[in-house]
Amino acid sequence: MTGAARARGARAATRVRIPGLLRSYTGGAEVVDVELAGAAPSVADALAALDARYPGLAFRLVDEQHAIRPHIKLFVDRAIARDLAEPIPRGAELMIVGALSGG
Amino acid sequence: MATRTKAAASRNTVLLIATRKGLWTLAGDAARRNWKLAGPHFLGHIVHHAVLDPRDGKTLLAAARTGHLGPTIFRSTDRGRSWKEAARPPAFREGSGRTVDHTFWLTPGHASERGVWYAGTSPQGLFRSTDGGVTWAAVAGFNDHPKRKAWCNNDEDGTPDGAKLHSVVVDPRDAAHLYVSMSSGGTFESVDGGADWRPLNRGVKADFQPDPDPEFGHDPHCLRIAPTAPDRLYQQNHCGIFRLDRPAERWTDIGASMPKSVGPIGFPLVVHPHDADTLWVFPMDGSSVWPRVSPGGRPAVYRSVNGGRTWQRQATGLPAAQAWWTVKRQAMTADRASAVGVYFGTTSGELWGSRDEGRTWKCLARNLPHIYAVEVA
Repeated sequence: MTGAARARGARAATRVRIPGLLRSYTGGAEVVDVELAGAAPSVADALAALDARYPGLAFRLVDEQHAIRPHIKLFVDRAIARDLAEPIPRGAELMIVGALSGG
Repeated sequence: MATRTKAAASRNTVLLIATRKGLWTLAGDAARRNWKLAGPHFLGHIVHHAVLDPRDGKTLLAAARTGHLGPTIFRSTDRGRSWKEAARPPAFREGSGRTVDHTFWLTPGHASERGVWYAGTSPQGLFRSTDGGVTWAAVAGFNDHPKRKAWCNNDEDGTPDGAKLHSVVVDPRDAAHLYVSMSSGGTFESVDGGADWRPLNRGVKADFQPDPDPEFGHDPHCLRIAPTAPDRLYQQNHCGIFRLDRPAERWTDIGASMPKSVGPIGFPLVVHPHDADTLWVFPMDGSSVWPRVSPGGRPAVYRSVNGGRTWQRQATGLPAAQAWWTVKRQAMTADRASAVGVYFGTTSGELWGSRDEGRTWKCLARNLPHIYAVEVA
């Protein structure tokens, strides 16, 4: 987290690591910082913030029934997040990974 | 006749080639002799279908997903020079428990309804856009029809790549008159713009079911309407080839007249744009364990000029032996020239074309990925 983000206190930025397969959305950016409102933001909040900045991105990762797609893995500070409701602690990092989808 | 050919050909035929690894275009010269391949667009995306809007001649939609990422629709309003993603791709109703795996089929709406498109998905769902493919909404009359689950056998039957809704057909005389087909499920008709639907399968074989003439549950592979006689429908089915002349309700088996050594099984079917009695199919081996290759390794197109009463083999120029590819259901099409050009793409990544209605064939492109769909743009 940047010093500037820390200074914003409750609205500190959450760092998201973007895999190559999504960088067409982020203009090539490998790391994106999103600001999450509320006291206990979740993975869903982070993806919503990403989607607001890069429209269409979230639906490529999460289906219409709010399930993480089969070949997408999400990690919060290196621990796998299996549910979008899982919290993202302040200062934690969200990592998006495309995992083993066949040939 | 010659003038018409020149007029049609002067637009220069462009083929949209949707593959398992991206989208290519193949542009012909005025004579359709020399072709230039361009692409890929969306390299690495599984592109199931790419279609030009004939109403404006410049809007293209491409249905895509990747192995990792969920399904979306890409749109171009400048014939493919630039692309933008749909703001709201096809998706089932929240709480329905169903998720779109991929959009499989795209159909532009009626000529009088600019901006309207239909999409068929896997698993079977029907979606509609009224803004040229930017946003999509479920056709609730179909997706939430009280009998849909039964028609789709509770989403338990599907092709190896997932159950599909395909062949969305709009009657050119009536925007509210629609047909769709499902693999599996059968063919269905709506006369009220999709608010209600009913099965239209009588006479179609379903030899994988205990009932020899069920109301639904069939496996149509490709349904086509005859452009010059829209009361006529043809279908290439898992169990044969069939014709229906409305208002009749019972399909006629026209695959029985195919040579026994070749059989009536295949995926694609193309109707002549100027003659409702002429159609082409591309047979595949549906015997024993269903190899799904050209019968005997000898690929051939079969044409009928009398509505399916008799068939002629058209294989001049195609490999004579040891060619084990086949052609998927969206991967065969025709242009609208007076001497109609017929085109097909193979599972081995070759694009073949005929400038003389199938009499002779030439390979126009090789070494592409597995081809899923070929459309004229």
